[in-house]
Amino acid sequence: MNLPHHPRIPSALAGIASLLLPAASFAQEAAGPAYQAASKYNLQPPVSEIASQIYDLHTLVLIFCAVIFVAVFSAMFYAIIYHRKSAGHEPAQFHENTTVEIVWTVVPFVILILMAWPATKTVIAMKDTSSPDLTIKATGYQWQWGYDYLKGEGDLKDVADGIAFYSALATSYEERTNVKPKDADYLLDVDNRLVVPVGKKVRILTTANDVLHAWWVPALGVKQDAIPGFIRDTWFKATAVGVYRGVCAELCGKEHGFMPIVVEVKSVEDFRAWAAERQKARTAGAGAAPAPAAAAPAAPAAAAPATPAVAAPVAPAAAAPAADVPARAATSVAARSASGG
Amino acid sequence: MQATHSHPAVHDHHAHAQPTGLMRWITTTNHKDIGTMYLWFSFTMFLVGGILALALRSELFQPGLQLVEPEVFNQLTTMHGVIMVFGAIMPAFVGFANWMIPLQIGAADMAFARMNNWSFWLLPPAALLLVISFFVPGGAAAGGWTLYPPLSVQMGPGMDLAIFALHILGASSIMGSINIVTTILNMRAPGMTLMKMPLFCWTWLITAYLLIAVMPVLAGAITMILTDRHFDTHFFNAAGGGDPVLFQHVFWFFGHPEVYIMILPAFGIVSEIIPAFARKPLFGYTSMVYATSSIAILSFIVWAHHMFTVGMPATAQLFFMYATMLIAVPTGVKVFNWVATMWKGSMTFETPMLFACGFIFVFTMGGFTGLILAITPIDIQLHDTYFVVAHFHYVLVAGSLFALFAGVYYWLPKWTGHMYNETLGKAHFWLSVIFFNITFFVQHFLGLAGMPRRVPDYALQFADFNMISTIGAFGFGITQLLFLYIVVSCIRGGEKAADKPWEGAQGLEWTVPSPAPHHTFETPPVVR
Repeated sequence: MNLPHHPRIPSALAGIASLLLPAASFAQEAAGPAYQAASKYNLQPPVSEIASQIYDLHTLVLIFCAVIFVAVFSAMFYAIIYHRKSAGHEPAQFHENTTVEIVWTVVPFVILILMAWPATKTVIAMKDTSSPDLTIKATGYQWQWGYDYLKGEGDLKDVADGIAFYSALATSYEERTNVKPKDADYLLDVDNRLVVPVGKKVRILTTANDVLHAWWVPALGVKQDAIPGFIRDTWFKATAVGVYRGVCAELCGKEHGFMPIVVEVKSVEDFRAWAAERQKARTAGAGAAPAPAAAAPAAPAAAAPATPAVAAPVAPAAAAPAADVPARAATSVAARSASGG
Repeated sequence: MQATHSHPAVHDHHAHAQPTGLMRWITTTNHKDIGTMYLWFSFTMFLVGGILALALRSELFQPGLQLVEPEVFNQLTTMHGVIMVFGAIMPAFVGFANWMIPLQIGAADMAFARMNNWSFWLLPPAALLLVISFFVPGGAAAGGWTLYPPLSVQMGPGMDLAIFALHILGASSIMGSINIVTTILNMRAPGMTLMKMPLFCWTWLITAYLLIAVMPVLAGAITMILTDRHFDTHFFNAAGGGDPVLFQHVFWFFGHPEVYIMILPAFGIVSEIIPAFARKPLFGYTSMVYATSSIAILSFIVWAHHMFTVGMPATAQLFFMYATMLIAVPTGVKVFNWVATMWKGSMTFETPMLFACGFIFVFTMGGFTGLILAITPIDIQLHDTYFVVAHFHYVLVAGSLFALFAGVYYWLPKWTGHMYNETLGKAHFWLSVIFFNITFFVQHFLGLAGMPRRVPDYALQFADFNMISTIGAFGFGITQLLFLYIVVSCIRGGEKAADKPWEGAQGLEWTVPSPAPHHTFETPPVVR
């Protein structure tokens, strides 16, 4: 399922690019395990068709740029070396040449069309959010994400309907302030991952509760602003099972750097099992739910006493996700107060 | 950079009963004095903005929170941007315009001399508001230099101070622009048709029109923020029928022409310097004028490429992508023109030429990353990452700032009457260009690999490049103190500069003595 992401670029051209920019030469190396840490010099290994197209577009444009760069600056440096006064070069006095000027206007224009053509196809594909198999609303809060699985259209339409939870940074305050050593997923770990099935079209609706946020998962090729009072949408179809990490990409206040996004792509069977587990816990009510401590799924009013009191006033009630609202976990609230939030 | 009255060839009968000391500078209506003040003001703000940059780079030296709290970090990034754009780069170009436009077109002074004084003296209070804002409750504005609501509506009084400062700076820019347009259109020496004008004047003429067109748009946008903050209007609040994205459209309708406001005069300076040191006329003067105009016109129809991720229709994304890519054509024409001018010239590489060549080389890299960012799908991946930070520093630092340095070294002999120290000037160039690339080249990798901008802390795989970038930033910052030393010692003394210190230089400014006397061209020269 994992798409190779460099089939269209002739390797000779890629070789030229790699002489110029380390970015290109590491493209191969980066195609390893599909998580953020895998990439250091280039776009992350793509795990969706759109992300692959973006990766290829970037390589294509980079090669065009590299070729033009070499051509233009070979001329410039040739002139700098040979047409200098200390080398005894006498100045020519030519200027204005209509033919030359037309050529260097038309040729770049043609090159632009060569770049715009594949880009246009990708833009149109990116915007096609129709017929999703699963629809999830992602709400940006200062400073965490809330996810609501909505009733959808496809064959997964009822499977996850009604599952809702918050997803906040799981990296400890002690790690951030250098008291404890930082683990491998430093700042890229959350208490509750967004779980989606592989090979299914997942439509993400974004909105926000307070200020602008942006929902971004590089490996999936998705970045969509979350705008308070408005719904926007985007989509992805993951091509490989795995865990993919992203971050909020729109400045949203002081904890902007601390609201990551973690998407766990499971096989369809595993996804169904996960959803069934969640649904069972949801209908059983908060007290009985064997859920992780950081995210006890809670029925809205009845569960309030069961949740530690400190959580209640902090929960952003004004924009509570639709049906049943999980109260924000006590642990994450404590971490937040400790961090001066 | 003071003009003196001592040169024998000067008609000095106007210089009667001039105030001296501080009052000379407060009351001056002389374009050279005002230009000097603009340049010192912008250099001061450059140092202030630079200190903010070093503070934020220090925090980013290692992962984890070490020096500043996240809210302070956001103030640093925001104010670094605001101060560098509005306090350093823009006034520096206005300083060049004041000094050089009358000298280049053979005018005695700017058209509106008193307004010229007023447009300068608006700047220090605005700068003061920006600096003071760090010390009000809640600190300075921390919503990014783009001031996006609703975040900017949440801020403390620091945001109000920033808004007032931007209003004042905008008013100053508009007055300066009116002055420049009027001067260029009405006060050219007899015989100097528009198409004989030096390119620096041409680029500033076009820039001034851009400023007049878009500064009021910015004023409108930030006024709406102000009333949303205090008077319960809901321009940008969906709960009251407003739309946060409206601000982005209005802001970038200002913001994109603003980008060219900061680069077109730089093109002008480089287009003066390359022919001078290649000892060969500019390859395509006419096409340079048309290319500049095309860039200016296109700048009005590309604004939404700054906001591809807000979620606009596919047709809008395509339109803004095509329009943005189109800008590569006239920009390419400029670069080709400069290279063709160098081709078969007889070049020497004094400091102005080094900075001009460095400008072409490094600015073009910024142009290429601009093209990459113009492609909508790639932009959606790279929007708000360090790739964007790298891109705009390549065009603003290696572009605008290097051109400003080139211009300072080029005209410093005319301003001061002395030659600067060539060895130190070359050292300044090489240190600047090396440290600049150490600082910003690695940021391309950071952005590609997924590091967002405006964060005080980052995942561990970004640690190496951030450390390199911070080291480069300190090197770059300290190098600029060398520039200050070079300029100050050039003002205080040095080898006497000839009226035309550069063999291949063309233009009326080289026909007046060095240093340029307080009053020049009281009788307009005649241009053949």
